[in-house]
Amino acid sequence: MTFTRREMLVLGLSAAGAALLPLRAVAAVEDNIAAFTGGAAVGEGGITLTAPEIAENGNTVPISVSAPGAVSIMILASGNPNPAVGTFNFGALMPKQEASTRIRLAGTQNLIAVAKMADGSFVQTSREVKVTIGGCGG
Amino acid sequence: MTNALKSAMAGVAIIALVSPAMAQDDAKLIVNGEIELVTRTEAPAHLEGALREIRSGWTFRTAETQALQMDDFENPGMIFVDQAIDAFSTVDGTEGKSCSSCHESVEAFSGLFAQMPKVVDGKVVVLEDFINGHRATAMGAEPWKWSGIEMQSMVALIALQSRGMPMNVKIDGEAAPFWEQGKEMYYTRYGQLELSCANCHEDNYDNYIRADHLSQGQINGFPAYRLKQATLISRHNRFRGCIRDTRGETFAEGSDEFKALELYVASRGNGLSVEGPSVRN
Amino acid sequence: MADAKPRVRVPKTASAGETITIKTLISHPMESGQRKDGDGNVIPRQIINRFTAEFNGELVIDVTMEPAISTNPYFEFDAVVPETGEFVFTWYDDNGEVYTAASPITVS
Repeated sequence: MTFTRREMLVLGLSAAGAALLPLRAVAAVEDNIAAFTGGAAVGEGGITLTAPEIAENGNTVPISVSAPGAVSIMILASGNPNPAVGTFNFGALMPKQEASTRIRLAGTQNLIAVAKMADGSFVQTSREVKVTIGGCGG
Repeated sequence: MTNALKSAMAGVAIIALVSPAMAQDDAKLIVNGEIELVTRTEAPAHLEGALREIRSGWTFRTAETQALQMDDFENPGMIFVDQAIDAFSTVDGTEGKSCSSCHESVEAFSGLFAQMPKVVDGKVVVLEDFINGHRATAMGAEPWKWSGIEMQSMVALIALQSRGMPMNVKIDGEAAPFWEQGKEMYYTRYGQLELSCANCHEDNYDNYIRADHLSQGQINGFPAYRLKQATLISRHNRFRGCIRDTRGETFAEGSDEFKALELYVASRGNGLSVEGPSVRN
Repeated sequence: MADAKPRVRVPKTASAGETITIKTLISHPMESGQRKDGDGNVIPRQIINRFTAEFNGELVIDVTMEPAISTNPYFEFDAVVPETGEFVFTWYDDNGEVYTAASPITVS
């Protein structure tokens, strides 16, 4: 069977496409961050993300995030099929810009938190959470 | 470096990797800062030394999971208890009655769960039997599905009335033949993997199977809010899960076999506090 | 959905300007849209997509929620209580339903 040059190109690109999957996940995270920051630079420091080192079950992972002086904090799970987890928007009646919740993580991955500060700047932090596969019943 | 030294170092490294979560093994389960539950105690005599100490499943979980059970608000199983409190006074069935029409308050059930299962009129009765039995005869109501959320919420509400009391399941007299049946099942290998309950829960508790920290398989904490399914799980549902994991055909929820097994397994925990509803992985 | 039941923990009293901790929980499956049923069909997404807390009409916190928030969504956060009033919590379901809970608080 002979392929036309066009067919060879398509075959080649599909193979390359499969290899690009991990890049696609990275791209999704970057898109989310870009949408949140409007393309502005993101610094470090002044934001804390608390999550277990090893999550006993990926279905319910307790996390909390804190960024004194922030207006909002966006959480992303880089290894989930859809990285968006949620965004906390803080009102004036909150003494600390901090909140806790429980999230789903599809597997071991980096959890990312990006905060928009009151002065319009952005900071981010990330933390690796190991999500284990149980033995029986896990 | 000699080969012996290398393998010794590798051995140490493996042991170090395998024991990440030991730090919280001495932790105490105190709920709402006031109710202390017994999660470790001397094994009951009938075990004849098979276990020295019996431990609640709580002691095998990570610190974050343990924390969820220490506060009745943090405990996700409690939302279902709330639903059962509502159901308790909701009329259901042809007789126009609710549970509360006859049972003035749910507190009257204090102490019941600690003794379940029990033998009544020559048959093993578990809590789900009592509940559906009442629904049928006193209320004229449709039976609830064994592992459905209505049933398990009610089981959790009743278990809560015995929270903190030591499990005290009778194993002699009328119960003796069923206890023997349950005990035989416990030590029988099932499935393609030919695993008995004892292979994991007696011979290998505290070890890891993949990343799962094996417990003693005690059921004092059921119904358990499992983080995996994010709902209340019944004892029989868990038995089915375990046997299915041996790649064997399992018995049905509510079957005579599982009721005998429940009686035996519950008695292995005699002395541990009722925890219901607990939080597990 | 009929059985989405909220639970909130808010103290009943506080002193003016005191910081209190609020915990909220609501029973909801948070169906992510990633799961398939026994026949291989995708179970459609149905989640609570937003949670807000207000005090006497003023916004305390507004959370945009995605399917990665666990079943029976839980939130914990602090709030300052300037005066006697009422906290109102609202959860918005994908299907248009709105669930609310209210907690009065007296400032001494």
